[in-house]
Amino acid sequence: MRLAILDHGHGIGTKALFAFIRAVSRQPTPEVVKLIMYLPDFFGTYMKKVTHEAMRGPSAWSVGDRELMAALVSQTNKCEFCIKAHTAVAVRAYRDEAKVSAALADLDTAAIEEPLRATLRMLRKLTREHAVDANDVRAVLAAGVSREQIEDALAVFFAFDTINRLADAFEFFVPGPKAFEAGAKFLLARGYR
Amino acid sequence: MSNIRDARKALVTRILEGDGKAAHTQRRAAFDNAGLAGPLSSLINKVTTDAYQVGDEDIAAARAAGLTEDQIFEIVVCAAVGQTTRQHDTALAALQAATEKE
Repeated sequence: MRLAILDHGHGIGTKALFAFIRAVSRQPTPEVVKLIMYLPDFFGTYMKKVTHEAMRGPSAWSVGDRELMAALVSQTNKCEFCIKAHTAVAVRAYRDEAKVSAALADLDTAAIEEPLRATLRMLRKLTREHAVDANDVRAVLAAGVSREQIEDALAVFFAFDTINRLADAFEFFVPGPKAFEAGAKFLLARGYR
Repeated sequence: MSNIRDARKALVTRILEGDGKAAHTQRRAAFDNAGLAGPLSSLINKVTTDAYQVGDEDIAAARAAGLTEDQIFEIVVCAAVGQTTRQHDTALAALQAATEKE
């Protein structure tokens, strides 16, 4: 973490919570939790509402689909912490590691549903090129994706494109696979609240 | 359908208009990635283009320019949310255009 305040600047109650998390999970406190809990009235409380609604709010997309979208946006942004975190959640949500690995390795050939593939392509372009146009969206609609589903996918983009930037700017520590397993279990049970 | 519209608005309003350690003008400039000078402009440019390229030297330069860690935290948050908001708006406008002409 490049800012010492994000490691050590939290209040006493929050530090006690971090100690509890470490004791229960037997893993270091995830850096994203440190970010969200630092001056939460400035950023974290508001960001959690956006993220929980995008990832767990009502949607025709499954939780696994939305976690895969989060992993793909993170992959496009080259954000190692977030790729690993949301790949782990998607694998757990789908109970299908091969599907997630294939989609992230080669979106064009992966054995996934066409509406999901078209949506992931649009998200990748939006993340990489910072814009999409009406023709990009029409291709997604033509694949059978509803307007509402597109809006839901864009909400996932909003949450993770923001967090990717912060994870890399502040340099989140990237722990081992067991820590991401523990994180995935927590996020599936509790969401982002 | 999920609906982040209100939550997104509340987030943006809070970071730009609420209390903070960084000046409102500085937070707004970071959000817009416009009007920032010197070492901060390099940091904010990286946050808004390829954030994985931010290095220790960018944060060190912001500190050397006299900013506290809290101010750097707020300014980087504003830059990240601002850039993502612009991209999100572009996509929502494309969705609007694509569905209007159907």
